[in-house]
Amino acid sequence: MSTLAPSRGSASGSTRGTGSLKTKISKPGERVVLIVLRLAAALTVVITIGIIVALLLPSIQFFAEVPIFEFLFGTRWAPRFADASFGVIPLVTATAWTTGIALLVAIPLGLGAAIFLSEYAHPNLRKTLKPILELLAGIPTVVFGLFALQFVQAVVFKQWLNLDTGAFSVLAAGVVMGVMIVPTIASISEDAMSAVPQSMRQGSAALGANRMQTTVKVVFPAALSGILAAIVLGISRGVGETMIVAMAAGGQAQIVTNPLDQGQTMTGFIANAALGDSRVGSIEYNTLFAVGLLLFVITLIINYISIRVVRKFREAY
Amino acid sequence: MTIHAMNSNLSVPEQPAQRILECEKVNVFYGDYRAVTDVNMAFGQNEITALIGPSGCGKSTLLRSLNRMNDLIDGARTEGLVTLHGENLYDKEVDPIAVRRRIGMVFQKPNPFPKSIYDNIAYGPRVLGMKPSSMDDLVEETLTRAALWDEVKDKLKQSAFGLSGGQQQRLCIARTIAVQPEIILMDEPCSALDPIATSRIEDLMRELREDYTIVIVTHNMQQAARVADRTAFFTALQDETTGNRTGVLVEYDKTTKIFEDPSDQRTEDYISGRFG
Ligand SMILES: Nc1ncnc2c1ncn2[C@@H]1O[C@H](COP(=O)(O)OP(=O)(O)O)[C@@H](O)[C@H]1O
Ligand SMILES: [Mg+2]
Repeated sequence: MSTLAPSRGSASGSTRGTGSLKTKISKPGERVVLIVLRLAAALTVVITIGIIVALLLPSIQFFAEVPIFEFLFGTRWAPRFADASFGVIPLVTATAWTTGIALLVAIPLGLGAAIFLSEYAHPNLRKTLKPILELLAGIPTVVFGLFALQFVQAVVFKQWLNLDTGAFSVLAAGVVMGVMIVPTIASISEDAMSAVPQSMRQGSAALGANRMQTTVKVVFPAALSGILAAIVLGISRGVGETMIVAMAAGGQAQIVTNPLDQGQTMTGFIANAALGDSRVGSIEYNTLFAVGLLLFVITLIINYISIRVVRKFREAY
Repeated sequence: MTIHAMNSNLSVPEQPAQRILECEKVNVFYGDYRAVTDVNMAFGQNEITALIGPSGCGKSTLLRSLNRMNDLIDGARTEGLVTLHGENLYDKEVDPIAVRRRIGMVFQKPNPFPKSIYDNIAYGPRVLGMKPSSMDDLVEETLTRAALWDEVKDKLKQSAFGLSGGQQQRLCIARTIAVQPEIILMDEPCSALDPIATSRIEDLMRELREDYTIVIVTHNMQQAARVADRTAFFTALQDETTGNRTGVLVEYDKTTKIFEDPSDQRTEDYISGRFG
């Protein structure tokens, strides 16, 4: 019997055109697959909700002791001192510095690499370079952290450039974090630019545009939503990056005004404090989760803004 | 099936009165493969010339060699002379970008940019650094010239992708004339369009002929008969040296002559539907 024949219909060809359209054609195996897929989707949702709840419960306890206003706008972060104070601004400025510096490095390099690979490189060269680039994205961040601390800060900044800086700086952490993000931004942007149909480039060339004009005025805007998505992913990675800042940015929570100073980021604080022996339910313990929740909210806000921005600038093809 | 040239335009001279563009022994290669062999022909100023022939006989390839679009294809190479007003387009000193500013191209599938209707027209002038006293006026004039103004004047800032296929193709033609080329090459510009949209584009071509020279590739013989002053029939033959099939020009004449009294048997077979 042909697999196309309705399972409950007659096997003979003479009934062609008379079988009911409502006959079920799906096989039992498909239902099992469907159930498994539904379970997988449900599990993802449950886990996400679980994480949020786990973050929220200790945070609620934290905010019962520390007013939320004091947490968000306080300028002194000293959770373990006798006269403890929980102003998160120092951590936020350090995160802003490292992320900002990282983007300053990663956006020009990443987009430059993407434009070169997508618009200028010979296809064979692109085929070789792209996997190498993606390999870079797989280097463990602890290796980058080591590189930032022992080479960029200790050798480049202090010995070669003779900069006035200590053992740590947000600059070293930010620059190396930028290098770490370059492959991500380059790779996703390159995908977005390569996806722009060749006919767009031909149309532009036929009007007498040169390659740079075509790239900047046609391909780039057409790929902009993908490129912005790449940058947003870069920002998220920067905000959430932990190992590099924990190793190279320093451990002193202070409002950073000079990139050569050390500073403790939100992630840096969590990484350090979580290693200590905070008793469950203690204020130290709850502090960790409050900072974690803030990180989570900041990332959400970035994603939300980026979705709006991408919609606004979309040049769909 | 017989096709009668509709524009039985007695004023079309036996030979192009003014030869604007000429091919002399043009051969086009993709790597080692010779796609077009030894084409000699001259395009008349303010005439519409149609290139017809079976699929794969090198019409698009030849067309792209006329404004150096083939340069953008990896491994493509053109030999022979293509001259615009007597100047060889393939001369070492010639910049292919300058060539394309004088010889524009409209493609098979409408390919407007993912920008507004206004910006699609303004793109070329901006890129070329043209300084019109008013870009708004230039856009309006261009769209009017392309018989599109009335349909789009209220939505100039909307995406060109909201237009119908036929409107998009007229927008692409408008975009091309916005930079004031001398010649417009069209590669099967109506093959993705319905008959009504097609006939509007044919009307537009007849109007543009006053100011521009048009070379059109078409697989539609009626279309060639309807719009072209001259028609060139190509076919693919066995290459004597390599054994591959390669495109050759069989017959080139006034459209009326090609469709009513072709001199080559192969042309007659093709237009009467016995071949291809
Ligand atoms: N980019 C290309 N690379 C290699 N061969 C090509 C390319 N474009 C066309 N060809 C070959 O050249 C020949 C002529 O193609 P084409 O000019 O597209 O013919 P037509 O437009 O008459 O259908 C065909 O054999 C085709 O396979
Ligand atoms: Mg073709």
